[in-house]
Amino acid sequence: MKRRIKPAEFAMQTLFLVCGLTAIAFVLLITVYLILAGLPAIREIGLTDFLLGRTWASTHATDPRFGILPMILTSVYGAAGAIVLGVPVGFFTALFLAKAAPPRLAGLIRPAVNLLAGIPSVVYGLVGMCVLVPALRAWLDLPAGDTLLAAMIVLAVMILPSVISVSDAALAAVPREYEEASLALGATPVETYLRVTAPAARGGVAAAVALGVGRAIGEAMAILMVAGNVANMPSLLSSVRFLTTGIAIEMNYAAPGSLQRQALFSIGLVLFFFIMVINILLNLALKRGREG
Amino acid sequence: MDANLSRRAWNLLAKLALWLSAAATCALLLVVIGYIFLRGAPGLSWELLTTQESILRGTMGILPSILNTLYVVLVSLALVLPLGVGAAVYLTEYAKNRRLAWAVEFAAETLSGIPSILYALVGVILFCNALGLQKTLLAGSLTLVIMTLPTVIRTTQESLRTVPRSYREGALGLGAGKWRAIRTVVLPSSVDGIVTGCILTVGRVVGESAVLMYTAGLSTAMQDFSTIQGILRASGSTLTVALYVYAKERADFAIAFTIATLLLLLTGLIHLAAYLAGRLLRRR
Repeated sequence: MKRRIKPAEFAMQTLFLVCGLTAIAFVLLITVYLILAGLPAIREIGLTDFLLGRTWASTHATDPRFGILPMILTSVYGAAGAIVLGVPVGFFTALFLAKAAPPRLAGLIRPAVNLLAGIPSVVYGLVGMCVLVPALRAWLDLPAGDTLLAAMIVLAVMILPSVISVSDAALAAVPREYEEASLALGATPVETYLRVTAPAARGGVAAAVALGVGRAIGEAMAILMVAGNVANMPSLLSSVRFLTTGIAIEMNYAAPGSLQRQALFSIGLVLFFFIMVINILLNLALKRGREG
Repeated sequence: MDANLSRRAWNLLAKLALWLSAAATCALLLVVIGYIFLRGAPGLSWELLTTQESILRGTMGILPSILNTLYVVLVSLALVLPLGVGAAVYLTEYAKNRRLAWAVEFAAETLSGIPSILYALVGVILFCNALGLQKTLLAGSLTLVIMTLPTVIRTTQESLRTVPRSYREGALGLGAGKWRAIRTVVLPSSVDGIVTGCILTVGRVVGESAVLMYTAGLSTAMQDFSTIQGILRASGSTLTVALYVYAKERADFAIAFTIATLLLLLTGLIHLAAYLAGRLLRRR
């Protein structure tokens, strides 16, 4: 006997299905629009000139140049710097929270880390702009403190909460038996955490790094306020422009339909490509972390 | 003996590294919060919160930005909530086609990895230009719906999964249809996750700046919310965007820090609310 579905039931089922499909539609829409909007300028400028050109002079009256190599390298260096500065501190904090801390103290620190994650990026940018930038200028005796270094430090702070919470979860998932075996063999608790627990949570740590890179590459507003935004080839103590800030700084005044505006969408397409690659790596890391 | 000594030294150093890292993380939070309150809290006043900037009288007010923030929060929440909860219900209750369910989950994951500056670009192309909304709070809110969708889906899904199978079977066994079972049993049992999802969404919307800067406008003047036309066409800065405008473009740091203080207070409140919602609603 065939069961008949009531019309109301069928309607609701369809409605929920449509809600689910919306998420897929959004992703397709974003992909298609970014590609459609990003390709014209790349075609006009030429892919190699666009990706490997060393000069960005989008508003030059007679000879505008659209090379985004400085921005690509700045984004890569900036993310690398943020990882180098942020991941060790984040990982050790996570190890502390998951294993070494008295439970009550860990219960106090975890909400603090969540709060750190919830602070809006413009607030980090403001503090960076008013504290970090002048401090760097004074300590390092620079003409201006708006540098790649300042951006790296701000990014390191901003990725810290996600690094901590992902590593924390990975460390907590390490089977208790591993640690007990190590302790029974005479290792001290600290030796056990660093030499048994931490290596066992490798996958989770890789995921934390990938997540951190994704955040660092994608952040715009905070570093817009501290990096100086001149499209130099990156060096630690000079003013730099990231892929994200490259879009952000010119978006509000580039004339509609101009090659400059189209090139900004092309930067967006390049950024999208980077993020997709990182997301794939992140998913691989998470999968491996779950499997062992 | 030497080996023993170096082992003890190593242990001590490692322990120190663990404690110091955690201390550094906490110190960071305290320094950031402390510094902002120190510079921003003195500027908070009733007048600031309830008036708009007046160049004639030389007074400063951020009421327009507060209202704009409220507008964006309400509109995006009203749209993303049914959409996200619906998608989560589909995934946990209805999805029979595993490949389709996988695609929906993959899509949500992808959305959550896309940085906000790219949402800004999409918002500009799709809502401001293609749909002809121009730079309006409405266009900004719609862009934020796409951005916050994965958060709502994930939190709802997590709490739908904790509803015991027996609840559903009980409802279905008593003769309820699937939709009736979901409406009367499953959704009420997972209200904690839905509320937490809402609160997290509010937090993200309040903290978001890049999307709104390019889709919703920069004006700090009062918008007309009294007519439907006005509501549809209102264009202005939310608190985060106003902070950026004051700090970066007008170098008015006193007001920027005051807005930052307000944002920190809101962030704290939102976190507290999420924590309380999780605890109180789960207890029942």
